[in-house]
Amino acid sequence: MMIFLVNLAQILLMILAAPMAVGIVKKMKARLQNRQGAGISQPYRDLSKLFGKELLLAENASWIFRAAPYIVFTSTVLAASVVPVIVVDSPFSWTADVIALAGFLAIGTFFTALAGMDVGTAFGGMGASREMTFAALAEPALLMSIFVLSVSAQSTNLSVMIHHILEAGLLLKPSIAFALIAMLMVSIVENGRIPVDNPGTHLEVTMIHEAMLLEYSGRHLALIEWATQIKLVLFATLIFDLFFPWGISGTVAVSALLIALGLWVFKLIVFFVLLVIMETGLAKMRLFEVPQFLSTAFFLALLGMFMHYILEVGAQ
Amino acid sequence: MALNLALGALAISLFAAATAVLLVGKDNVARFTVFGLLAVSAGLSIASGMVGLLTHASVALSLPVGLPWLPMHTRLDALGAFFLLTIGALLIAVSIYSIGYVREYTGRKGFASLGVFMGLFVAGMQGIVLADDAFTFMLFWELMSVSSYFFVTFEHEHEENRKAGYVYLIMAHVSGLLILGGFATLYASAGSFEFSSMRDATLSPFWSSVAFLLAAFGFGMKAGVVPMHVWLPEAHPVAPSNASALMSGIMIKVAIFGFIRVVWDLIGVDGFQWWWGTLILLAGSSSAVTGVLLALQQHDLKRLLAYHSVENIGIILIGLGLGMIFAYYGHPLLAALGLIAGLYHTINHALFKGLLFMGAGAVLHATGTRNMEEMGGLIHRMPMTAVVFLVACVSISALPPFNGFVSEWLTFQAALLAPQLEGSLIPMLIPFSAAMLALAGALAATCFVKVYGIVFLGQPRSPSAADAHEIDGWMKFGMAIPAVLCLLLGILPTLFIPLIDAVPQLLIHASLSSSVHAHGWLWLTPVSEARASYSAPIALFGMLVLGGLIYWLLHPRGQVVRRVHFWSCGNPHVNTRMQYTATSFAQPLRRIFSGIYQPVEHIEIDRSDHKLLTRSIHYEVHAQDMSWRFIYRPLLALSERVSVWVAKQHQRGVHAYLAYMFVTILVLLAFLL
Repeated sequence: MMIFLVNLAQILLMILAAPMAVGIVKKMKARLQNRQGAGISQPYRDLSKLFGKELLLAENASWIFRAAPYIVFTSTVLAASVVPVIVVDSPFSWTADVIALAGFLAIGTFFTALAGMDVGTAFGGMGASREMTFAALAEPALLMSIFVLSVSAQSTNLSVMIHHILEAGLLLKPSIAFALIAMLMVSIVENGRIPVDNPGTHLEVTMIHEAMLLEYSGRHLALIEWATQIKLVLFATLIFDLFFPWGISGTVAVSALLIALGLWVFKLIVFFVLLVIMETGLAKMRLFEVPQFLSTAFFLALLGMFMHYILEVGAQ
Repeated sequence: MALNLALGALAISLFAAATAVLLVGKDNVARFTVFGLLAVSAGLSIASGMVGLLTHASVALSLPVGLPWLPMHTRLDALGAFFLLTIGALLIAVSIYSIGYVREYTGRKGFASLGVFMGLFVAGMQGIVLADDAFTFMLFWELMSVSSYFFVTFEHEHEENRKAGYVYLIMAHVSGLLILGGFATLYASAGSFEFSSMRDATLSPFWSSVAFLLAAFGFGMKAGVVPMHVWLPEAHPVAPSNASALMSGIMIKVAIFGFIRVVWDLIGVDGFQWWWGTLILLAGSSSAVTGVLLALQQHDLKRLLAYHSVENIGIILIGLGLGMIFAYYGHPLLAALGLIAGLYHTINHALFKGLLFMGAGAVLHATGTRNMEEMGGLIHRMPMTAVVFLVACVSISALPPFNGFVSEWLTFQAALLAPQLEGSLIPMLIPFSAAMLALAGALAATCFVKVYGIVFLGQPRSPSAADAHEIDGWMKFGMAIPAVLCLLLGILPTLFIPLIDAVPQLLIHASLSSSVHAHGWLWLTPVSEARASYSAPIALFGMLVLGGLIYWLLHPRGQVVRRVHFWSCGNPHVNTRMQYTATSFAQPLRRIFSGIYQPVEHIEIDRSDHKLLTRSIHYEVHAQDMSWRFIYRPLLALSERVSVWVAKQHQRGVHAYLAYMFVTILVLLAFLL
């Protein structure tokens, strides 16, 4: 029973902390660029303002356009509920494994793209076309990099995989290194960060994600923005779970949970510092370099998989 | 009982064909009788399939018809029962849909032929799965192939349809010839056409490989495996949509049935060789990716769907290939997992592809065009079609909680078990095919965002799309059936897998039902709980509760949502021609995979008035199917050269003919001595 409560608590934690995480990223980025920047609670204020605003719908928007924000938010939360944050044996992780997790995220992408095409503006179609093109290359890369760990752990269940990694000790295997690099590259694309997409701008000819959301307003926009924030924390947590799970609690003892929570926050901050440094230091790449970036990720993951078979299966 | 039901279904299909002949000229009566009878036949197929799968019975019966020395042997076993169920599940929907759909054909010349050949076609497919000797099998096989030719050429006024029919007929017969060769090889060692003696016969490794290759190529050609798929995108789009739904939904699955029957059953799992599974796995992986890549570049809706059939056949073959590899390496449980994954995808694809073709038929009916560039905004004019079509799109894109996800998930699970084969290099290939499966699945999602976004969303791109109308009740009802089944198969795999489990029990004497069911009906655990688990009911429940809760919390009651002109970044002067089109949607992928498509672009800019004033721009782009360029055109050129050469040899003088005779005698002597 206790573990269910802890699981619910960690889902809520991820949902509620996500705006703050984005606030921290924005603040750090601003400081690094010699700007004052808004406070770290600004995303909460933005969300509550959007939730309170009147909703405006385009005349020819269909029910897909109205349903998409709810589907996107729900599927993202569902994906987040599967990922262990502070306790390894999260009961909800039995509901769906990593393949289903990728599936839940794909539902969100699918409906965001459909909503982008619903009103029939040029920008919406453009965003949908680009988002789906990159998603089509990113999803296999994501799956392959997770599979490197799956074949090693002989499982696609996240809790079992974390146990395996914790037991196997420090995983300095070449296959894991390749998988990690691929996973980081995919996370950048999936979350639309620089150098692939810029989350901070509208009205750029090279925009991808934002182009699909141009027609949204009010609570619809708030739900989608929130889902995007959850997705960032979700990917970060997934990377910690798969590659740096140390500190995550194996029991529901309060002290262990608090340590796990502290370490999770610490890992997040380290991750965000790296993200901010990268986003400040790099320029956005040309649109048609993104597929090369993604196919590099894909082949790195595939190479990691082959490494696993050649170097590691035989050596065991 | 099960076999009697199945034979009854077959008889009713034949009777439907006969009724169509009797009712020539009474098109409206024929419409209800023929397709009503086919629906009854479908119901009997489902019943016999269910009984066959539940009782695990193998019942055989010799019918006193056929050749004097070879009565017709029929048998219903678990494999046949599963495919009868698949046939019945889609046929019942398509029959009901057809009652409405064929109304537009009533009164036109040749209407009766549609009913006649539909009855024969269905009878052919039902006969194939029931056949228990090679002769009966080939008889029904040809019945299926030839009667479907008449669907392709149904609208024979158009030259392209006649051409497509010709290509279809040639490919169907080459495949028939190869299959016949496969049976001949088996006959040579069994000494009988009956499947029971072929099962018992032992073949030498060489001859069993010959039989395997002949069957793999023969059935592969009919199933549309790359690079033998070229007939499929020509033939399926031009047939009437209810016929294309059956052809794409179940006819190519009957080829999969034939492959399983000959390779897994007649040659037998014990006769597998190490490279067989590898070959099937490679064929499956390449079909999956090539099919979806080519589909992405189509703007003819039905042609696009036809290419997706190539992709899905590939996914089925990945499951079967994995099963064959595991069976060879002595892992019957894993082989059962691969086989079940393949079979699950078989019935899934039958349902959602049948539904997609029916939806395409509805759109064609409403707008009069198959060209996606002339559609748009149909969700407002065809709300019901839009809902069921979305279900099919989500299912084929392998998104949870629908059925396509379950079968791809099972295939991934089978692929990730690869390390259990020790001491060979094949495990290296398996992650590669898993990667290809992941790529195909993600590209399929892209393609169906394109299809749905261009056809149903946005603004109408032509007057015919703006004036489209919703379809009638029969067609709606027919499309609702597979849509509901797609969801049910997606959320209740734990109830369905034990049913299919009779097939691996029959073929490899291994069963998954104990492990699948180990944690109750809520949890799908194909191998063990620690490996992977997936609970679609809980996921769906979570989505509904959470989504409903958020909607309830956020939705202000008693307030009407204000509708305004769209924003489009503050540019009000946007017309329907400025929307993204199917061609432009696929442009990034066309550029990324230009090595595969080798797109041919043609741009004409009219600046007749002044060199700075552009009057019009004409842009054309064609993505190519490389198999035409590298395989079929050279093959055609070769066969043409050979026939020209032969023709020339005919026209030589007397001395040449004397030389031919001399050489013939020499050759004969050499063989006789």
